[in-house]
Amino acid sequence: MNILELKGISMIYGQVKALYEVDLTVEQGEWLAIMGPSGSGKTTMMNIIGCMDKPTDGSVTFDGQEISKLGPSELTAIRRDKIGLIFQQFHLISYLTALENVMVAQYYHSMIDEDEALQALERVGLKDRAKHLPRQLSGGEQQRVCIARALINYPRLILADEPTGNLDETNEGVVMDILSKLHGEGSTIIVVTHDPEVAEFAEKTVFLDHGRINKIVRNSRPANAKTDADALKAAGAL
Amino acid sequence: MFMKMLVSSLIRRRSRMLVALIAIAIGATVLLGMVAISFDIPRQMGREFRSYGANMILVPSGEDALVKLSDAERAAAFIPKEQLVGMTPYRYEIVRINMQGYTAAGTSFDDVRRTSPYWNVNGEWPKGADDILIGSDIAEFTRITPGTVIAITGRSGSGARFKRDMTVSGIVRTGSVEDAFIFMHMPTLEELMGDSGTAEVVEISVATSEAGLGELVSRIEAEVPGVSPRLVKRVTQSETAVLSKLQSLVFLVTLVVLALTMICVATTMMTVVMERRKEIGLKKAIGAGNRSIAAEFIGEGLLLGVAGGLFGGVCGYFFAQAVSMNVFGRSVYLDWKLLPLTAAVSAVVTVAACLGPVRRATDVEPALVLRGE
Repeated sequence: MNILELKGISMIYGQVKALYEVDLTVEQGEWLAIMGPSGSGKTTMMNIIGCMDKPTDGSVTFDGQEISKLGPSELTAIRRDKIGLIFQQFHLISYLTALENVMVAQYYHSMIDEDEALQALERVGLKDRAKHLPRQLSGGEQQRVCIARALINYPRLILADEPTGNLDETNEGVVMDILSKLHGEGSTIIVVTHDPEVAEFAEKTVFLDHGRINKIVRNSRPANAKTDADALKAAGAL
Repeated sequence: MFMKMLVSSLIRRRSRMLVALIAIAIGATVLLGMVAISFDIPRQMGREFRSYGANMILVPSGEDALVKLSDAERAAAFIPKEQLVGMTPYRYEIVRINMQGYTAAGTSFDDVRRTSPYWNVNGEWPKGADDILIGSDIAEFTRITPGTVIAITGRSGSGARFKRDMTVSGIVRTGSVEDAFIFMHMPTLEELMGDSGTAEVVEISVATSEAGLGELVSRIEAEVPGVSPRLVKRVTQSETAVLSKLQSLVFLVTLVVLALTMICVATTMMTVVMERRKEIGLKKAIGAGNRSIAAEFIGEGLLLGVAGGLFGGVCGYFFAQAVSMNVFGRSVYLDWKLLPLTAAVSAVVTVAACLGPVRRATDVEPALVLRGE
């Protein structure tokens, strides 16, 4: 069953074709990587899939609903209810603790549940850092808080933009392991990345070039994409 | 969670919020101070204006030639004690000095000092029964100086002649017709004239507004038929005009201060919004609607407004006291209801100042700010 279907998607800024007649389908529970050089249209595609932008042409069907013509408030509702966003820059709220950063997503979604937010932090190995402010956390820990926040409302789709772009190798392993576990539990994941090693975790990699899909490669998970169990244990994620 | 976000935002970002809080507190300080002074100006200035003389006189009503002092006392009873500055009777008779006729006024010098504090006496105020003041015009004409004993002659009410040596204790200068009068104690004049209990006119000084005086006049006219109360128009009207202009000035200053506060808060909040564009973008990306974003910023503004208003209100009380003590030499009366009112006005002004920045906040595109544009 397809959770996402892009048909003839174009995004044109003046004379610039950021995306041009792109077709793509993503199945429920699938892990997809989107790769491409700078300016290939990765961010534009992520914004359209993440309901943060609308295509100038084509249709987007997400979870059975045509969303390309929806208004800003309807798109906000879809982001809130169905999409978990993970950012390269983490984007945590600086004056809220790790726990509160997770609870903010609950607050906008429906109602807060501190125990559930703590459980989400526990899943990413940060229960004991729940009362820390973002500036008191390392980059890897901040990214894990970002993941906990993305998961808290049980999204239909996890959309990650360069999730390991600002992390060292150890924390990259920790984050990819968490994503692998989520995928193992049935989550649909789309990762936008420059890093081929990150892309190799996905079942399918879409290569973009000049706003068009160049090729789609089905991956067989390589040996070097295994998680670093020691690093995970050291980081407390296991 | 809403309150937790507001409080955390204010407390953990206190350096920026302190600027807004100080701006609001200063505005509230001036607001409460000015309003307190504005309400108190009539009371304060009323006392000041009393130094320019009486603002009400009692004259005989109907065909009577004289005011009975008992009627004047009855009329004065209608004036609240805290408003009654003084009541001075004047009885005028003709007397002679060296065969030259002058107007002698019998009065109460203690009351004169209260109702006509502008009288300038060279020498001393009369103390003994035979001490008198003479007007500066008479003193110039007769070359009489303080300490001189002069013989006052005349006829009593029954026509009998009298002669009495009296001591000039001082020369009075008023800049008015009184400079041509001789002033003596009322009992002394009554003794010379052989009758008592009446006066040509009774001057009253009341510390109240023109409207308050108007009410007193109506009441006295209705309740004391023996006297006819009249307002001294030149005093009461100029008082009203000055008070009205002063209050307008205070009102204008208050408006300017409120406008400046609003500009300062709006600027600070606009800076806050610009600084927090990424945070706003993130919140919108994870599902916050425009209403939630607006509610958070307005909530912050409301908290800042109330806190700044209360703090500034308390400072405003001390500000008003300082101004009142320096300008009027008296403490200001403060109605404590002004404090919550100041907090409410501060909150409204702050929220109004936040509306522009909030609009900018809701216009933030999550996709743009999250990729650093």
